[in-house]
Amino acid sequence: VIRIERRLDQPRWLSLVVPVVSIAVAFLFATIVLLATHHPPLQTFRRLFQAAFLDNGALTETIVSATPLAFTGLCAAVAFRMNLFNIGGEGQLYAGAITGATVGLLVGGAPSPVVIVAMMLAGAAGGALLAAIPGVLRAFFSTSEIIVSLMLNYVVALIIDYLIFGSHSYLRDSSGFEASVFPQGKTLPDSATWPSWTIQGLVIPLGALVAVGVAFAVWFLYARTRFGFEVQVIGDSARAGRYAGMRTRRKIVAVMCLSGAIAGLGGASQDGDFRHQLDPRGLTQANYGYTGIVVAALARYNPFAVLLVAFLLGGLQNAGYTLQGADFPNGLVGVIQGLLLFCVLGGELFIRYRVRIERRRSPVTEAA
Amino acid sequence: VNDALLVVVIAQGIVYGTPLLYGALGELLAERSGVLNLGVEGMMLVGAVMGFWAVQRFHVTTSVALLAAVGVAAFAGAAIAAIHAFLVITLRANQIVSGLAITIFAGVAGLSSYLGNDLDLAKSPARHQFQEVFPKSWQDLPVVGPIVFGQSILVYASWVCVLLVALYLSRTRPGLNVRAVGDSPAAADAMGLNVSAYRYAHTLVGGAFAGVAGATFSLSITPQWIAGLTAGAGWIAIALVVFSFWRPTLCLVGAYLFGAFSSLPFVLQARDYSWAPPPELSQSLPYLMTIVALVLVSSRAARLRFGAPAALGRPYVREER
Repeated sequence: VIRIERRLDQPRWLSLVVPVVSIAVAFLFATIVLLATHHPPLQTFRRLFQAAFLDNGALTETIVSATPLAFTGLCAAVAFRMNLFNIGGEGQLYAGAITGATVGLLVGGAPSPVVIVAMMLAGAAGGALLAAIPGVLRAFFSTSEIIVSLMLNYVVALIIDYLIFGSHSYLRDSSGFEASVFPQGKTLPDSATWPSWTIQGLVIPLGALVAVGVAFAVWFLYARTRFGFEVQVIGDSARAGRYAGMRTRRKIVAVMCLSGAIAGLGGASQDGDFRHQLDPRGLTQANYGYTGIVVAALARYNPFAVLLVAFLLGGLQNAGYTLQGADFPNGLVGVIQGLLLFCVLGGELFIRYRVRIERRRSPVTEAA
Repeated sequence: VNDALLVVVIAQGIVYGTPLLYGALGELLAERSGVLNLGVEGMMLVGAVMGFWAVQRFHVTTSVALLAAVGVAAFAGAAIAAIHAFLVITLRANQIVSGLAITIFAGVAGLSSYLGNDLDLAKSPARHQFQEVFPKSWQDLPVVGPIVFGQSILVYASWVCVLLVALYLSRTRPGLNVRAVGDSPAAADAMGLNVSAYRYAHTLVGGAFAGVAGATFSLSITPQWIAGLTAGAGWIAIALVVFSFWRPTLCLVGAYLFGAFSSLPFVLQARDYSWAPPPELSQSLPYLMTIVALVLVSSRAARLRFGAPAALGRPYVREER
């Protein structure tokens, strides 16, 4: 018989070995999927790895993919820590991209640093405002924040479409013949282009540094401040928090806004660092928000681990784009991400519990 | 009469509500046993792609091909649900995170698109699709024609399913046992019920329903394979379970209401009214109304404490109860 019993103490080596084994198992499953669909697994993995990290310029592209994932990963981690399942990172990133681009166009005449800071603030505000909706509904009406934040993803995606394809809004490029046939966002002024630094061929955009800064800020907030402590108490037991005199409703709204603000900052970084316009197709096809949930869960909601996982999954995503074509299976990246998540989730059992296999007592001894 | 906007919206609401209804019934069964499965969207998409594949590859008569396709879709949905069941029941993983993982694994950017590309399904329309079953003269009857007789067999089958699930949960021994498992697994265990077996069975059946819901899209509504063709229907189905207070008959009403919201943009577009709002606004209606409805019932439900299975989302561990 297999018995599962809770471990009284959790040895340290387990929390290192189990994730490594989990990842190995995930790739084993991915191998099975590839074999079942007649693709050579080893070659596919090697191409993935090369396109993600080794090829010329691959690392730069990986950072381009990893930057938004770091923001959405931190967005999810901040909220999930409190057992608030904000899965609206996707929509909050769009919202930040909308407000960021709007402000970038509005104040474009100002000196560049002013414009950039204004875009960051606007993006964060846009994301925070959108996240405040599920936050307030959860805090005051106990409405499931999961479904509300998810529904808003679809709504904001439609709003972006409306702004660029469905109307003649301020954000839509209306100059020239081409713009009327192929609708696209207005190009942001040069002053709204975020700087980047090149180190030995590796381009580091401002957004990536901001993400690292946000990770430090989140760590500090949760590990060193009263606010962070209260958030974690309420996350573990809202009732205990209330009895201790903590304002649970305010905390719920505050954490949701913070979470949304981080995703919105990621949206502004999309405008300023990479796309230089409000780009509906590019944003909605990238799935940054949903992948951010994978990032946060794999990182077990630790802000520094989020950065690392975002880098790795960014590489995977970048390789997925680069290799997209007839002979490379599309959707494989999502499959691998899902498998990783399953295995790491399942693996947690082996940290908390011990699995024992006991031989069933034979009927003879039982009779005796 | 049959061209009147209201009649068309109701008839189309039933068409678009049917996948919501199947998805919600499946989720309801899983949740009644205490398992929250947020992977409905992913299971639907895999059901949609596999059902479509079956129709393209099985060279048999239309009715056999469609029947087989629904079977394949149900099996595919159940197979994906089995992953969730294993993770949350046997390995005691967090149900919310695991459900999200299911949707990411199987959803738009995952397995369903992988299979769609790999099996080369995207280019062609369905070789067989579900048609209206009643003769044309019946469908021309005023009002009831399009609404009641103008539907495909999937719609009538869903009505049977609602009835069966309702009777199962209120009138049969295993149905009552499931409710015990979902409300108080410890008491159910003490009664001698196998909590894990009940939860596995209902999660799998829930997945099968979600698979059929997906096939409804790819074989009747769309009818072709487009990556991500469910567009959030799985999530609306999950919300439906909440605002039907975990009751199958109310699921039917809710599904058709939200089906009507979902069909509205298509109906308005086809008719080209001058007063019609921009399509983006009418397309966002189902999502916005889901939020509104959820707010209305959640405050009420919280006050009346009526609805959710008490042990929903909690793993059951005999030693730790």
